[in-house]
Amino acid sequence: MIVGYLAPIAFGLASIGSAIGVGLVVGKTIESVARQPELQGRLTGLMFLGIAFTEALAFIAIAVAFIPFPS
Amino acid sequence: MESALLASAFLPAALLADDADGGFHGPSLGEFFPPAILFEGTPFELNRIMMIRILITVLLIVWLIIATRRMRIVPSRFQVANEFLLGFVRNNIVIETLGEKDGKRFMAPLMAMFFLILGLNLTGVVPFLNIAGTSVIGTPLVLAIVSYVLFVYAGIKKFGIRFFKNQLFPSGVPWPLYVVVTPIELISTFVLRPVTLTLRLLMNMVAGHMLLVLCFSATHFFFFTVLADGNLLGLLGVGSLAFAGVFTLFELLVAVLQAYVFTFLAAVYIQLSLADEH
Repeated sequence: MIVGYLAPIAFGLASIGSAIGVGLVVGKTIESVARQPELQGRLTGLMFLGIAFTEALAFIAIAVAFIPFPS
Repeated sequence: MESALLASAFLPAALLADDADGGFHGPSLGEFFPPAILFEGTPFELNRIMMIRILITVLLIVWLIIATRRMRIVPSRFQVANEFLLGFVRNNIVIETLGEKDGKRFMAPLMAMFFLILGLNLTGVVPFLNIAGTSVIGTPLVLAIVSYVLFVYAGIKKFGIRFFKNQLFPSGVPWPLYVVVTPIELISTFVLRPVTLTLRLLMNMVAGHMLLVLCFSATHFFFFTVLADGNLLGLLGVGSLAFAGVFTLFELLVAVLQAYVFTFLAAVYIQLSLADEH
């Protein structure tokens, strides 16, 4: 019998989405800075804002592990 | 209550760890709830993490008093270093996001936020302190509530009750879509913002501390249990020690980055509620 705990697997699944999202946001920002280096300041700000929203799902997924569900 | 919630979430893991006697014991969430040191049994109970928070707060106050006394036009080396730190937050975070005029209004809370978070994060890699003051939910939660109050205050001060209309019913959306847009905006602006601010800081610090403890305790286990028994597998401890060094450097980076991101997002949220509707 396998005994274990499922929350880490749930977090792993949930973080796939955020990982792809954050990767896209950062990648596109680097691309745009390469095209227009003078906009770097503004783009960095937008990048962090975008990351903040995308990351939110992963953080909610972590927090779910701490909610005591009745079993 | 905090500890009760966490204990219930990690009970299965803790039970498993107890089964393997003499084996390797990984870190558990008990790390974050050390026994009380002072005033045990009263509401003012202090444990190691609280002591670290108090220590850092005192250090910050002393540093700021010393740094801002006897400032000269031709600065000393100490003053240049302080001006660099304070100037970074002032120019690169606050004024760049909020602009000159609004930036100066919200300078004090944002500045305090940055240095408090930075100080408390750095204790995670300071030897003998070894745990970040932000790795228990109290500090991140309080700071997130401060930033929540700040951006709601900024919006109400500027637009009055129209602030909520601006946030919940963004202009330029055809009106039937408000059925979908308004609940999303309500949740993302007034619920998810403070929640994610708290969790981002907290979880980064918790995960970082867990990684460091795991690496160092694995090293200890390999060297003093496995190698001491004459088993050459214990030499793996060299690898885990190297990982511990790398992760310590990584934690330094994370500490600075999280302080930056938290302050920056607080500033951006204020800016978003001050922005004019087009």
